[in-house]
Amino acid sequence: MPVTDTRREADAFTVVAEFPAPVERVWELWSDPRKLERWWGPPGYPATFVRHDFTVPGRSIYYMTSPEGERTDYAAWRFLEIDAPHRLEIDNGFSDAEGEPAGELAWNRFSVRVEPLDGGSRMTMRAGFDSAEHLEQMVGLGMLEGFLAALAQTDPILAEG
Amino acid sequence: MVVNLLADAEAEVDRIFQALADATRRDIVRRVIGREQNVTDLADRYAMSFAAVQKHVAVLQRSGLVAKRRRGREQLVGPVLDAIDRARTLLDEYEALWRGRIDRMDAILGEAEGSEAGR
Repeated sequence: MPVTDTRREADAFTVVAEFPAPVERVWELWSDPRKLERWWGPPGYPATFVRHDFTVPGRSIYYMTSPEGERTDYAAWRFLEIDAPHRLEIDNGFSDAEGEPAGELAWNRFSVRVEPLDGGSRMTMRAGFDSAEHLEQMVGLGMLEGFLAALAQTDPILAEG
Repeated sequence: MVVNLLADAEAEVDRIFQALADATRRDIVRRVIGREQNVTDLADRYAMSFAAVQKHVAVLQRSGLVAKRRRGREQLVGPVLDAIDRARTLLDEYEALWRGRIDRMDAILGEAEGSEAGR
């Protein structure tokens, strides 16, 4: 169970996790798009990063593919800060194919901190939001993972989709 | 009383499960949670008739997962939950999303390359 703590504030959510791996390897999960693709999208909705300019200012563009093979809208990241292998700050939201914001919903900002720990690393991810509507969008971006994946796992009828 | 409440809750969960037992309906819920959708636009996304999509939306409406409202000549489909519940549910979803991501990160880090770090 790598998650050691979660915090809910009025306008932010924080999750802290500890991994038995050095900081550099945790960092690669963010910097290497092929690794990123393996964990960003929820089960059944793999993410494809068509661009990953891991630099400031740089952007990443991705979409997810549904179990039925349909592509979701594009979403993008803008890198505001990259201090390898410790700090990352990203703006994230729906976009067009070029990574320009699309749709009427605001983007949200999240930051990642990776620090060494005895025998491993601690990663802290903090995501800000300024309204329930904003949070809705973030969950939309996340494809409702918790809800649908949990349902799919508890009921085989749902899993076949 | 308590039994009735439980029975009601179970019936509601059943309706939700049934509503979500279909891939198209799951997809509709996913889309409207991201943002409110015009019924016509929604129907365009699926390889089925407008009437068939309307039927899926009606099942979701009965389950209480989505609601339709009019805006001028448009019919919009959006998620329903009362505001507080919605915020809490959304936070739960968001937390579950990140917990899932972190479990997958952990699994990748546990692969051969880092055998010196153990699992």
